[in-house]
Amino acid sequence: MEVKSLPMSKFFFIFAAKFQNHIDKMNRTIITVVGKDTVGIIAAVCTYLAEHNINILDISQTIVQEFFNMMMIVDISKYEGKFDEMAEQLRLIGDEKGVQVKCQREDIFDKMHRI
Amino acid sequence: MINISEVIETNKMIEHENLDVRTITMGISLLDCSSDNVQVTCNNIYNKITRLASNLVQTGEDIAHEFGIPIVNKRISVTPISLVGAASCRTPYDYVQIAQTLDVAAREVGVNFIGGYSAVVSKGMTASDELLIRSIPDALAQTERICASVNVGSTKTGINMDAVRLMGDIVKQTAVKTADRDSLGCAKLVVLCNAPDDNPFMAGAFHGVSEADAIINVGVSGPGVVKYALEQIPDANFEVLCETIKKTAFKITRVGQLVAQEASARLGVPFGIIDLSLAPTPAIGDSVADILECIGLERAGAPGTTAALAMLNDQVKKGGVMASSYVGGLSGAFIPVSEDQGMIDAVNAGALNIEKLEAMTCVCSVGLDMIAIPGTTSATTIAGIIADESAIGMVNQKTTAVRIIPVIGKTVGDVVEFGGLLGYAPIMPVNGFDCSTFVNRGGRIPAPIHSFKN
Repeated sequence: MEVKSLPMSKFFFIFAAKFQNHIDKMNRTIITVVGKDTVGIIAAVCTYLAEHNINILDISQTIVQEFFNMMMIVDISKYEGKFDEMAEQLRLIGDEKGVQVKCQREDIFDKMHRI
Repeated sequence: MINISEVIETNKMIEHENLDVRTITMGISLLDCSSDNVQVTCNNIYNKITRLASNLVQTGEDIAHEFGIPIVNKRISVTPISLVGAASCRTPYDYVQIAQTLDVAAREVGVNFIGGYSAVVSKGMTASDELLIRSIPDALAQTERICASVNVGSTKTGINMDAVRLMGDIVKQTAVKTADRDSLGCAKLVVLCNAPDDNPFMAGAFHGVSEADAIINVGVSGPGVVKYALEQIPDANFEVLCETIKKTAFKITRVGQLVAQEASARLGVPFGIIDLSLAPTPAIGDSVADILECIGLERAGAPGTTAALAMLNDQVKKGGVMASSYVGGLSGAFIPVSEDQGMIDAVNAGALNIEKLEAMTCVCSVGLDMIAIPGTTSATTIAGIIADESAIGMVNQKTTAVRIIPVIGKTVGDVVEFGGLLGYAPIMPVNGFDCSTFVNRGGRIPAPIHSFKN
C-alpha cells in the first residue's frame, strides 16, 4: 500500500489503534461467582479458563451479607468457542458446587459506572 | 478497571430490582411498499418486514445473554399505515387485509407487537386516513399483535375535533367488537396528541415519516431500581433525593445505550434513540406508584402526587440525557393503571381517580393509560376525555395520550383481567355529565398562541 501523504498514514495508525482498543474492550468479560460455600470453585473455574485459553486479568473478592462474591476480569480474545457455550459451561460448574456463576461482557459495567 | 462493588451493584439491579431493557423496537419505513393494488402492497410489506427484522429477536436474545440483562420485548414499528395504503385501499376492508399481513409478518419474525396501524390527522383527515380509522375495530378484533394509534392534535396544528369525536366512536366500537375478551382491543389502541415519530413503546409506536428507512430504538425501564435507591435514603432532603434519582436514571439509561449500540451494530441498522421512560410492569417491585409512595406519599393520588411525579419525571430526564447520545420517544415516567400494581392498589384504596390521573398527565410523559372504565360510558364522553388530554398536550407542548378501555358488560366494582404485561385493572368511575353538544361541534380547535414562535 503506497503511503500518499503523512496525514493519511497517521489516520491509518490512529484508526488501527482505536480498532484494536475496541477489540480489546470487546474481549473483556466479567465472570462473577456468588455463593455461601465456595471450597474448590476457584480451582474449578481457573482450570476451565486455562483449558480454553482464557487469560485472567484481575481477580477480586468480597463477602456481602455472608455471601462470597468473586469477580474475575478475563480476556477471551484467544478463546475459540462461542460466548454462550463458555457461559453455559461455567454455569454448570457453578451448579455442581452450589454457587452461581455468571459471564457478562465487561461493557455493561463500564457503561453504567463510568462517565 | 471495573471494581467488584460496581459489578455487584449492577447484578443486584438486574436480579432483585427488575432492571431490564423493556423493548428493542425496529422502526421500518413501509413507504416504498405502497402500490395501487392492495395485494401487491401486502406482499411488499410482508417481504420488507421479514427481510429486515428476521434476526431481531435472536439478536435481542444474544445480547441479553452476553450482557446478562433481560431484554423483555422485541417489537417493530412501521410507517403509519394510512400513508402506506392510501394509493391502494378503497374500503376499510382493504386496510384490514394490511392489518392481517402485518400480523402474519410479526408472527413470522417472532415479535410480540407491531405498532403503526396508525393515522396522523392532527389538522385534518384524508379519505384514506378515515378509512383506516374506521377499519380499526375490525383490524384489532381480527389480529393478535398489531397496535393502532391515531394522532388527533398537536401544538402546531391545534386539535382536530372531528377526529376526536370519531375516535370516541371507534374506541367504543373496538370495545364492542372485542367484548368477548373483556374489550382487549382497546388496550392496543391509543389516541395521541403531539405523538413523536420515534416512540418505541406500544401501543402508540409508529415509524414517523421524518425517520430513515430502518432504525433501532430502545426503551429502557427500571422503576424498581429507582425505588431501591430511594429506600436507602429515607430522610434525605430534596437535593439528595433528586440527585439520587438522577444518578440512578443515568445508570439505567446507560444500559439501554449499550444495548441499542450493540443491536444496531449486529443488525446493520442505524441507532435511533433511547427512550428513557420509567415503565412499570405488573410484577412486584416494578411500580412507579411505589416510587411515589417511597418519596413520601401514603398512596399515589394523595395531595403532593403531581409535584412528586413532576420531580421524578424531570430527574429521570436529566440523568438520562447525560447517559445517551440520542434521547427521544416519550422519555419520562409512565402511569399506566393496569400495568402497575401500586396504581391498582391506590385505585382500590380510593386514593386515585381519573381526575387526579388527568392532573398527573400534565407533568409526566404519557397520558391516561390502561384505564378500565364502565362499558356503558358513551362515545361522546370518551371523546370528551380525549379532548381534555389533547388540550393538556397541546397547551403544554408535550405528548399526551388516551388508552382507555370501556369494558363491555362490566362496571365500577368489577375487575378486568388482560393478562401478561397488560395486567389487570379495577373499573374506574367516570364523570357522568354529558358533553355531546361540545364534541359534536365540527371542525378544529386552533393552535395555541404560544405555538407561533417564528
